[in-house]
Amino acid sequence: MSNSSSSQGHDSSSHRWNHLKKVLERPGPFCHPEFECSPETLNFLMSSCKILVVGAGGLGCELLKNLAMMGFKHIHVIDMDTIDLSNLNRQFLFRQKDIGSSKAEVAAKFINARVPGCNVVPHFCKIQDFDSDFYRQFHIVVCGLDSIIARRWINGMLVSLLSYDDNEELDPSSIIPMIDGGTEGFKGSARVILPGMSACVDCTLDLYPPQVVYPLCTIASTPRLPEHCIEYVKVIQWPKENPFDASIDGDDPTHLNWIFEKASERATQYGILGVTYRLVQGVVKNIIPAVASTNAVVAAACATEVFKMATSCCKPLNNFMIFNDIDGIYTYLYEAEKNENCLACKPSSIPKYLKLTSNEMKLQELIQLLMDSPTFRMKNPGLAVNIEGKNRTLYMSTVPSIEVKTRENLKKKLSELDIHDGTKIMIADATTPNTIEIVLSIPTFMEMSNE
Amino acid sequence: MIKLFSLKQQKKDGEPTPRSGNQKKASAAQLRITKDINELNLPKTCNTEFPDPDDLLNFKVIICPDEGFYKGGKFTFSFKVGPNYPHEPPKVKCETPVYHPNIDLEGNVCLNILREDWKPVLTINSIVYGLQYLFLEPNPEDPLNKEAAEVLQTNRRLFECNVQKALRGGYVGSIFFERCMK
Repeated sequence: MSNSSSSQGHDSSSHRWNHLKKVLERPGPFCHPEFECSPETLNFLMSSCKILVVGAGGLGCELLKNLAMMGFKHIHVIDMDTIDLSNLNRQFLFRQKDIGSSKAEVAAKFINARVPGCNVVPHFCKIQDFDSDFYRQFHIVVCGLDSIIARRWINGMLVSLLSYDDNEELDPSSIIPMIDGGTEGFKGSARVILPGMSACVDCTLDLYPPQVVYPLCTIASTPRLPEHCIEYVKVIQWPKENPFDASIDGDDPTHLNWIFEKASERATQYGILGVTYRLVQGVVKNIIPAVASTNAVVAAACATEVFKMATSCCKPLNNFMIFNDIDGIYTYLYEAEKNENCLACKPSSIPKYLKLTSNEMKLQELIQLLMDSPTFRMKNPGLAVNIEGKNRTLYMSTVPSIEVKTRENLKKKLSELDIHDGTKIMIADATTPNTIEIVLSIPTFMEMSNE
Repeated sequence: MIKLFSLKQQKKDGEPTPRSGNQKKASAAQLRITKDINELNLPKTCNTEFPDPDDLLNFKVIICPDEGFYKGGKFTFSFKVGPNYPHEPPKVKCETPVYHPNIDLEGNVCLNILREDWKPVLTINSIVYGLQYLFLEPNPEDPLNKEAAEVLQTNRRLFECNVQKALRGGYVGSIFFERCMK
């Protein structure tokens, strides 16, 4: 990159962009068949194209740097986190003096100061703090997140922005592509999602491994692993003894030390080796080790996809790339398939169905199904139903006054709750930005055979 | 692959997305309030009361401040969520008579996000936090009960005294307040 005066970089005529012009202003054998080379493309990328980067952590720092150096000027970044000492080895936009400050704000300031003409707008908040009007303004959304719930939320938001005409035809101008990167140690993935057209996050939910949760009985009575001892202290001993009159704060060393001490006692009692302070930290905070080079590779792949998408110069990645460099370098690309019954990306005018075996099922079992089933994987579903224009709350675990009054519904059969084949239930859950509606499909012959 | 962006296409902010196939769907307000209620995450000083759990549009929020002028008091607010929610804020009234600069004797509450600063992205949760904040930091700049605001501005100690009188049940000036201790 040139180190000439900063005023040179502001317009697309500067030779600072020669390397991009070679790609965008000349035809070539590897171009997308419909690509028309012209100076307009670079102009669009620099003057109009608006990108949202979700997350300003390991991937986010790389993404912001890559996009800014590629000529994107209108970039927004959201992150709710503040900078921690342990981030500094790989989140290179941050310095020691920035510890405690907002990741989004510091990252934006760094890029804006370092890359002439680039305007990164930071948002120090949660993704849920914005509504559809905010998300609709972007051409492309690129995610560097560490949470499946957040990915699903963004995915659900972008899907909700799609519009369909009367023939169920998707309006292509309502599509905001989502480029999603993820890393875990030496492993990473990058994928391209065209909401409504290709597989979305929820279409392939079964790809994500369920979070490791040890059975309560194991950690309480038959611990075998150091993790079991730590979990025991975390789940049972802490709430019982409540040593600091507070819930566990994984960033508080006094809390961690207490857990470390108690877990070590328990480990000794059961003859288990391997409880260390670091492991305690890892289990309590659910830490996944981060490797700077993996982030760099995955973010580079994602930024390249943003570039391809914005310029149409080349076919985009189709559509799921995995990367692994534990032993040498391995990478593989495949096409994740759209799930025609996906809860998230099926057009809202087409009803979503959930097949049940019988309406003799109890409400509790239905809720468990929503939490366990690989297509739903819900966290805290609240259920309501509208029967003949009258609203009914079936169950809501999160609000004590409603929970008490709806608890007895749990033991009732669906048939006793007036729920039959074709009943539409509303489900609110932390994993989706909006309440979703699902039509229950219950074969009627079951009712007959039960008689 | 489709070419997603015609080159000069600019997105228009806030343009409503046309939705088709308006088959019978629960009202947007209903869907949204179900989500809001399910995601309620309140501090331990705040509780909700749903007289009819099937009616998520009408409920009460009880706030028992644990610090500030109003520590030890118990205040009930009624929430009415209209069919235009979340495009319009819910109607919130204080059912407990309270000596407060931003709450009048009819129970009207002066809180910016309940009126001018309401945005659909805000939730029931944000309102409850706003109400709780009113008890921690009564704002005399923006009064509904002018007398109370004036006292707060000129004589903090007297204001504190008046609040205590009202909480325990008694007269402040010529106005009687019913006891509302926790």
